[in-house]
Amino acid sequence: MEGAGALLLDCAGQTFDDDAQALIWAVAAALRAHAGVLETVPGMNNLMIVFDPLRLAPEALEQAILHCWRTVVADAISGRTIDVPVTYGGAKGEDLAGFAAAKGMSVEALVAAHVAPLYSVAAVGAMPGFVYLSGLDPRLAMPRRANPRMKVEEGSVIIGGAQAGIMPLTAPSGWHILGHTDFSLFDPMKDQPAAFRPGDRIRFTVREIVA
Amino acid sequence: MIEILSTGAANSVQDLGRFGYLDAGVGRSGAMDGLALEIGNRMLGNTPETAGIEVTLFPFRLRFETATMFAVTGADCPVRLNDRPLPPWWAMRAAAGDVLQLGLPRSGARAMVCIAGGLDMPPVLGSRATDLKSGWGGFEGRGLQRGDRLALGRSTSSGLADLPAGFGIDPTEIRRSAAETGPEGETTVRVLPSAEFADFTDEARNALFASAWQLTNDANRQGFRLQGPHLALSKKLELFSHGIMPGTVQVPPSGQPIIQLAEANTCGGYPKIANVIEADLWRLAQVPVGRAIRFVEIDRPAAIAALRRQRAMIDDIAALAALARKDVKHPEKSGTAE
Repeated sequence: MEGAGALLLDCAGQTFDDDAQALIWAVAAALRAHAGVLETVPGMNNLMIVFDPLRLAPEALEQAILHCWRTVVADAISGRTIDVPVTYGGAKGEDLAGFAAAKGMSVEALVAAHVAPLYSVAAVGAMPGFVYLSGLDPRLAMPRRANPRMKVEEGSVIIGGAQAGIMPLTAPSGWHILGHTDFSLFDPMKDQPAAFRPGDRIRFTVREIVA
Repeated sequence: MIEILSTGAANSVQDLGRFGYLDAGVGRSGAMDGLALEIGNRMLGNTPETAGIEVTLFPFRLRFETATMFAVTGADCPVRLNDRPLPPWWAMRAAAGDVLQLGLPRSGARAMVCIAGGLDMPPVLGSRATDLKSGWGGFEGRGLQRGDRLALGRSTSSGLADLPAGFGIDPTEIRRSAAETGPEGETTVRVLPSAEFADFTDEARNALFASAWQLTNDANRQGFRLQGPHLALSKKLELFSHGIMPGTVQVPPSGQPIIQLAEANTCGGYPKIANVIEADLWRLAQVPVGRAIRFVEIDRPAAIAALRRQRAMIDDIAALAALARKDVKHPEKSGTAE
């Protein structure tokens, strides 16, 4: 319950589950067609449903959610795969060398480990167009900085905890900056303002490694 | 057109917010005191979501370049049209060249300036609300500056030709409508327990409702940081990022709660102890820095009933305002005015 007009469905265990996430996307899509449901917000192994409590009783919505959860079939191949070219290191990738050193890896090995997986866009949120990516090599997991930077530039390719991400706009962040992309993640003038949707896949490619 | 004569950069164009893009990471934005905006609009015959100006920094002055109706609602601040003082929550007609001035509030924190026909600028993602954090929407995606000239939309109301002094609404009625009575000089808001409520210690849960929570300087459109007793979890919690709403009360490791508000991020990761109910969000908008906030627990049916009562009150005000403006030819037959 998040106020009278929002419910949070949480199926998170100890670690992130890609199968559960696919089910969340499918349940979200099904619920959007339900009368009185206004918005659905997939998070990481959870789903917030925003509704009009004057039109739809929360108890009825809870029943609808449970029904969807039991009957909806996840569509595993709905997303697109999109390449995101990255310039690693340099002024716009200032943590690269330090990150590699902290992991006892060469910069080249770190970059190779970062571009190797096919990442999945688990959720879009927090800030406009921000993507929560699952699929990071567990060796590259790194706790967030103790002191977040007040400004991390738009296009920064970042790691926070076990998650990878890209900054859609310049904003404060405690994540580590490995590189930079010119790929635009968000345009408020478009009907679909976010470049990525949950279920899309991202492959980082190396444009350049700057020492 | 209106021209801004004096303002602070935190004053911005706001409507009832941006809907339908939470799953793209786009937050609500919109007026912190949505009730004041909606009532101001309904007084003028505007649709509820018409854009007005949210004034947080005073004094604020503007000049009307064309004759138009306007209303000032929200915080109880001294309002003048040229040299003439106006009562609170007042709607009337301004002539071309008239200057409207809002002084420092006697009580409350945010005033809304509504204008017949509304402020006319291209909507971004379906809304004219300024998203100050992201830098788009509203007027050029930013707070207002001296010298800004804002275009006005076309009004559908017949106006106040027969009512030169204008008309007003008694704000004590509105304040009473939502208020749980609490100690003088404090603001009481109603909350529902949130997902991690049970994960806090007994002491923390008691303290949430027993304490007066001071609003710190860290108070803006994104959220309010409060100061009070340390709220501890009974066990360590690691949450995945999840959707949050305006009104969500999070408790970060500092143990000091944060109320997420209009420009909150769409997702967060801190444990949530409570949610301020939708019907009381406007009351938070009127809390000045330093004032104390108290939380009262209610249940879900009571939260829905509060929202229903608030909608009914707005409809009543809209009907009365339409009579005052003489927009309605046969109110006794139509039953509802708008």
